[in-house]
Amino acid sequence: MTTSVKSAPVARRPKRKWTYYILPVYTWAVLLYLCLPIFVMILFGFNNTKGRYNITFQGFTLKWYKELFAIGGLTDALKNSLTIAVLATIISVAIGGALGMALGRYRFRGKGGVSLVVFAQIATPELVLGTSLLSLFLTLNIPRGYWTILLAHIMFCIPFVAVTVQARVAGLDGSLREAALDLGATPMVAFRKVTLPMIMPGILAGALLSFALSIDDFVTTSFNAGQTVTFPLWVYGSSRLGIPAQVNVMGTLIFLFGVILAAYSILAGRRKKN
Amino acid sequence: MTSQMHAQPHDAAPGEGPAAIELRGVEKTFFSKSETFQAVKRLDLEIGEGEFLSLLGPSGCGKTTTLRMIAGFEEPTAGEILLHGRNQVGVPPYKRDVNTVFQSYALFPHMTVAQNVAFGLERKRIGKAEVHSRVEEMLQLVGLADRGERRPQQLSGGQQQRVALARALVNRPSALLLDEPLAALDLKLRQAMQVELKRIQRDVGITFVFVTHDQGEALTMSDRIVVMNNGLIEQVGSPQELYERPKTRFVAGFLGTSNIMEGTVTSYADGVAVIDAGDDGRVLVPADDSAVGDQITVSVRPEKIVLTHGERPSGDRECSVQGTVSEMVYLGTSNTYEIRLNGGETLTVLEQNGSTAEATARRGEKVWLSWRPQHSLLLTGAPADGTGAADDAG
Repeated sequence: MTTSVKSAPVARRPKRKWTYYILPVYTWAVLLYLCLPIFVMILFGFNNTKGRYNITFQGFTLKWYKELFAIGGLTDALKNSLTIAVLATIISVAIGGALGMALGRYRFRGKGGVSLVVFAQIATPELVLGTSLLSLFLTLNIPRGYWTILLAHIMFCIPFVAVTVQARVAGLDGSLREAALDLGATPMVAFRKVTLPMIMPGILAGALLSFALSIDDFVTTSFNAGQTVTFPLWVYGSSRLGIPAQVNVMGTLIFLFGVILAAYSILAGRRKKN
Repeated sequence: MTSQMHAQPHDAAPGEGPAAIELRGVEKTFFSKSETFQAVKRLDLEIGEGEFLSLLGPSGCGKTTTLRMIAGFEEPTAGEILLHGRNQVGVPPYKRDVNTVFQSYALFPHMTVAQNVAFGLERKRIGKAEVHSRVEEMLQLVGLADRGERRPQQLSGGQQQRVALARALVNRPSALLLDEPLAALDLKLRQAMQVELKRIQRDVGITFVFVTHDQGEALTMSDRIVVMNNGLIEQVGSPQELYERPKTRFVAGFLGTSNIMEGTVTSYADGVAVIDAGDDGRVLVPADDSAVGDQITVSVRPEKIVLTHGERPSGDRECSVQGTVSEMVYLGTSNTYEIRLNGGETLTVLEQNGSTAEATARRGEKVWLSWRPQHSLLLTGAPADGTGAADDAG
């Protein structure tokens, strides 16, 4: 025993084999690949451009942040996009959440069919959804504009909410609800006090997905927008003339908003665990 | 029954007011697309005030379905369920004055322990101060007074179990329903909780209906046990009655180890039937009604049998059979022997480790097995399937 105590020097880290570094290098490379376009977007929001093209970096400035709402058409487009995204999120959470609850909790006739429709909707190319919606609106002689965009966005958001909520509900111990009923809670109270808080992570995930899908949707929107312009449509339209740096700034702000939400949900999840 | 250890807080005698719980002709059939399954075929049962009653049986015997019908999670297909004389059929679970301890505990993970326990009281519009003091008092009772602010998942399995118990008991229900609440605990903890549960039940004096498939658990805790099989009651009685006087092969096999012998009655007189067991052996069994030539099934508990060498034993152990030791297992406090009878059946014998550590017999030795006639049990019905306890003599 004494010898082993004596012969224990301050441990020097042994030299690592080169294979030890494969995984870290690979990981950082993938992360960089994922983040590079975002970095470029943020960087060019600070670009002191002289001409109308924002493609070479010409010096640092904060003026685009000051003149964020200087372009009237762009501001209106962003407003449309934001209000549509918020409304689409709220409505698709309500409809898709109920759908997910039904699929996750109950066994009913036609359940397989409903599941199929939900997945088919996710799997169908947007181009198909967009064009077929356009034919539908044309056939029914519905004027295209803000409300048809909203209708289309709600439609493609519902399945994503349904799937995330369904996964959460299916993993729920059914006796939790029974325990609430057993302790004197009416079905409504049991839902509010027990089921809803338990499936909240699924609902939040579905809501985040919906918002993200709606705010940058281009394909479906372009078919059903009529004269209404959303943020992605405006950006696409201006790309031939040169995209103003305000677009980068708006993109950066939307990105930051998403980062904050994601960070919050991760932190909240961590706090709950400890 | 004379040596009942626990204080008898009740007498389930009918006639002195309505029972805490009464089941009358209760049936439950589940219908699905492809089949119908009769989980409970017919159940008549009275549960006394303050009684600790166990529903015991193998999985699929209908015990949990029965409990869920009392709680209100399932409605019976036929029959009535009365709580203190009032029919509960059609009454939703949140309006029934019973509470359940679930097998999975079903604690609300997004609430603290104290919030879990307070959940039922808060539904009753009781003042905040009273809710608080009752929650404290209940956490004290289950020994978790300092854990109120924790989350359930931060507690050990045994502690979670106590929270589930506290959450139900704090409402002072007229009966507490427990669905295999100890099944998820390890052996040591389970045994400790058995004692604990019994103590709490005596303290609060509430009727407990306890569902279990563990015969040891049922024997340890219950005032009365209802043995169920295939949706029917096999036998109802105190632990002693069921162990000492099982009426059916199923009960004999499910509670403890039983030796089952089959034979033909060779003589019947004064309420005692005799069956021939070959080689001078004979088995006497008390029987109310029998006749020469009847095929009967007899059981005897392994610890009632005495094992001897040499001559056929005399004295009051009038039942005796001869056989060969085929297996001997040392269990510390006791030895078990497997004895192969000359007729081909195998009997298990349990011998306490007494003054000498030496085993009485070795493998391959010829021995006599003998016991008193009153320990011979006449059984009816089919054997317990799947328990492996009954040595089917074929």
